Amino acid sequence: MNKNERNERYNAYVESKIPKTHNFPSLLYAFLIGGLICVLGQTIKDSLLAIFDTMTPQDAGTWALIGLIFLASLLTGLGVFDDIGAIAGAGTIVPITGFSNSIASPALEFKKEGIIFGMCSKMFIVAGPVIVNGVVASIIVGLVYLIIGAF
Amino acid sequence: MAKKQTIFFNNQPRIISSYSIAGPKEKYSVFAPYFDLVLKNDLWDCSSYEMTERKMLEHVIFNAIERAKLSPQDIDALICGDLLNQIISSSFAARKFDVTYIGLFGACSTMAESLAVGACLVDGGYFDKVACATASHFSSVERQFRMPLELGTQRPPTAQWTVTGGGCSIVSNKGVGPKITVATFGKVADYNVTDANNMGAAMAPAAMSTLLAHFENTKTTPDDYDLIVSGDLGKLGAEILVDLMEYHGYKLGQNYMDCGHCIYTNGQHTFMGGSGCGCSALMLNSYLIQKIREKEYKKVLFMATGALLSTTSSFQGESIPSIAHAIVIEN
Repeated sequence: MNKNERNERYNAYVESKIPKTHNFPSLLYAFLIGGLICVLGQTIKDSLLAIFDTMTPQDAGTWALIGLIFLASLLTGLGVFDDIGAIAGAGTIVPITGFSNSIASPALEFKKEGIIFGMCSKMFIVAGPVIVNGVVASIIVGLVYLIIGAF
Repeated sequence: MAKKQTIFFNNQPRIISSYSIAGPKEKYSVFAPYFDLVLKNDLWDCSSYEMTERKMLEHVIFNAIERAKLSPQDIDALICGDLLNQIISSSFAARKFDVTYIGLFGACSTMAESLAVGACLVDGGYFDKVACATASHFSSVERQFRMPLELGTQRPPTAQWTVTGGGCSIVSNKGVGPKITVATFGKVADYNVTDANNMGAAMAPAAMSTLLAHFENTKTTPDDYDLIVSGDLGKLGAEILVDLMEYHGYKLGQNYMDCGHCIYTNGQHTFMGGSGCGCSALMLNSYLIQKIREKEYKKVLFMATGALLSTTSSFQGESIPSIAHAIVIEN
């Protein structure tokens, strides 16, 4: 048996031994906690609209986002967010709370290496790819929009 | 006398003293009563986790020496290693001792590697007393190899939990204690496992290779040992090793245990169990050595396994080479 064949057989065997993630509970927790975060965001927005007569829905939405970002960063700093994330999975990552956590957690972690070379430069190690891809995608969409608009 | 990978010690150096340290999570281990010191918090009054790891290493070395009723000047060489880049914990800890220092990198196999190298040096008559030590800290290792600690992601089911802990053994040509009779150094094995979250599967072939060489060279079978201990294969890796050995005609039965698999309890959500240099170092220098001293186990095959990857190599898509070293401890 040559090496490649041996490795393939071994990896196929390992694959069959790996315990599988339990889909149903994972999905349920993600749905419940993710949904709860959305409800919280909506509550902030609706309350602001109800309290302040002059506030536009767009402004209220921005404040709701700021509120969620703050809350996620605070919970990250208190060391609670990762425990919630371990149960919720995508439920906390997909909403803006995940983005907030992905910036706050490396900022905390690399503080020991100094403000500039530690915290500031390492802050985006997790969120960086999201920002890069977001910008690239928006450029492509913008170009498509521009070309279609010209006709 | 050497036979390919295996060395038979003529003078049979002894482990005259040992000391272990464990972190706050390890306090709930079933083996916790055997640990010499359990930390109350995981920073231990240090300003970074790297410094905590270094302090743990200094502490185990110092106390193991003291327990042997020696002073650091009596030690001829300090042989140690750890998981951090450029083995900083070991080298920085060595600053504290005015002793010849031999730094090793064998990833999680360091405890067995340092004892095997130390036993060779003592058996050959080059050194009288050597200190063999290693330690790992969950938080320092995690931030080097994986994601920031507070990042709210889920760990895959094959993940293992780096043990916060460490241990030191003093190997000497005189004195009382269990003897190191045989050492088998491993060969690097790579079965093209690329998943850095599945260390057990990556390391099991290396463990198999070392065990096969050991049994063949020493003409023994698993039944000749009271206990066969592997380092940190974890639940999955240990199961794979049992299967691989059975495929090659050796049956690992009730006398086989894996430190990583049994160090944590089920409720601690560590999935496949413990890993890291500290895992096997902690277990050997606490529970195992005490049971060997008490002659509950008379002949133990202690093998620690290590995954020799770096963050650079795994991001570049390289597979994970692994190593395993084994020693036989008898009393």
